[in-house]
Amino acid sequence: MRIIVCVKQVPNTDEVKIDPVKGTLIREGVPSILNPDDANALEAALKIKDEFGARVTVLSMGPKQAAFALKECLAMGADDALLLCDRAFAGGDTWATSNTLAAAIKALGGADLILAGSQAIDGDTAQVGPQIAAKLDIPQITFAIELQLKDSKISAKRQTQTGYELIEAPLPALLTATRDLNVPRHMNAALLINATETEVPVWGLKDINISEDETGLKASPTRVIKSFVPPLKAKGKIVSDISAVIKELKAKRLIGGVSS
Amino acid sequence: MKEVWVFAEHDNTKISQTTFELLGIGSKLASDLDAQVCAILCGHNMESLAPELFAYGASKVYLINSPHLQTYSAEPHAIAISQAIKAFDPEIALFGATPVGRDLAPRLASIIGTGLTADCTGLAIDEDKRFLQTRPAFGGNLMATIICPNHRPAMSTVRPGVMDKLARDPNRTGSLELFTPTIDPLSIRAQVKEVVKELKESINLTQAKTIVSGGRGLATPEGFALLNELALAIGGCVASSRACVDAGWIDKSRQVGQTGSTVKPDLYIACGISGAIQHLAGMQESGFIVAINKNESAPIMNVADIGIVGDLYQVIPEMLKQLRDLEG
Repeated sequence: MRIIVCVKQVPNTDEVKIDPVKGTLIREGVPSILNPDDANALEAALKIKDEFGARVTVLSMGPKQAAFALKECLAMGADDALLLCDRAFAGGDTWATSNTLAAAIKALGGADLILAGSQAIDGDTAQVGPQIAAKLDIPQITFAIELQLKDSKISAKRQTQTGYELIEAPLPALLTATRDLNVPRHMNAALLINATETEVPVWGLKDINISEDETGLKASPTRVIKSFVPPLKAKGKIVSDISAVIKELKAKRLIGGVSS
Repeated sequence: MKEVWVFAEHDNTKISQTTFELLGIGSKLASDLDAQVCAILCGHNMESLAPELFAYGASKVYLINSPHLQTYSAEPHAIAISQAIKAFDPEIALFGATPVGRDLAPRLASIIGTGLTADCTGLAIDEDKRFLQTRPAFGGNLMATIICPNHRPAMSTVRPGVMDKLARDPNRTGSLELFTPTIDPLSIRAQVKEVVKELKESINLTQAKTIVSGGRGLATPEGFALLNELALAIGGCVASSRACVDAGWIDKSRQVGQTGSTVKPDLYIACGISGAIQHLAGMQESGFIVAINKNESAPIMNVADIGIVGDLYQVIPEMLKQLRDLEG
């Protein structure tokens, strides 16, 4: 059984700061981490490997430094890693990114199961997973909170607004993991030493059989035309007299029992 | 006439509130584009739900009818809607950024080969008739405005709770158009075996008029008992920041913020919430915000209409006492 796990290295958005003068993101000094949901996707793959045996390949698209996140995955127990890095891949939206990743999965010979985090904390789109499934024309189960593999079918619970759906899909299939799916394991010390010494292979455009027009900014239907720091409301007043607060809320009819 | 499409989400008995919000913003976009807003109603014999879509602003309802669409599932829905899109060529297609919309829209956009912008909080038509889609990124730290210049329809998922519905008008009517998609049963590989509604209290934070919300400053899960008391006294719902959900103090259905619900109550009382940007993203459009925090320089104070600097375990009991006094 072959499992491919798609992962992304992201800036830790909890630590992103805003330059109050320029109104831009300060990315310097913000640590890069393995996207949290992707660690859940990898854990799901490793659980299957532990139970049934599987070859787990981690796949990422990004700059050279993203190899670091892949090494973290190797240290958790992934068998091999592949980084897609080429100037042609850069600036892609989710359509172009999923096209690139799908092409790479095909070039790798496909997989029985493809796992990815539901969403990355920098883009927050949750689109790349299901778009890969569409491009490979395989079934998808998104926002998974439970996963079982039996008789070469996956059976998973998908989170909904009011509860969950129980979905069964034949392999090959793609599933996206939420943080409720499992608790990712820590890196293993021995594996970490190996991973540190491993050179993660890097593939470019010509390795995945697509043209320059099918990837990156060129292939992206969407364009970002503006980015800005969200405006905050004007600052209110600080009060210490609680009875005045209650009276004001009553006067504005924000709390009940108004007698007039 | 050009068309702005809104995907109607339903559970075979009623249309979701988010759909009405989409019809609200869809109507506005349609009027700026000299287009009409149309609802896409997928299902099996679901005609009975159409009048409610007209009542909330749809000029036309496309009834996409097939026994394969009885229960929501990504594969048959994406196939059916992609066929309808090819047949009728809409300008814009809107979906709720809900577990259904976020499952369906990416697959559909991929099949159609068009752009999809996730989780939009602002949609507008500019003077050049460009469709501007604005969304938060980097955990709400940054907003981006995105266009889809050369592909149609331009697709968006829209964050629930952000857009305004039109007032319901049961006398409003429109046209109904039946579309029968061709769905090969073999193309439906993932099977929904069971749809489970969990028996937890039904919380609809996005519809609440008053919210009392707690954060890390509660220090213990028992703090929510005090918040419950205040919520009860003023007729509100209890909500939470992500910190308390992650700590396991309260159910995730109560979470307000970037990864929880976006709320716009008339009154939002933030208790012991410092105001991480992710939380502010989900509540700063509230009508009136009261923040109770020990720290005067906490970011929540920047969005609060009234800030009370103090220990919530003293402030809230005092508020409850004042409320009782006023009643008596």
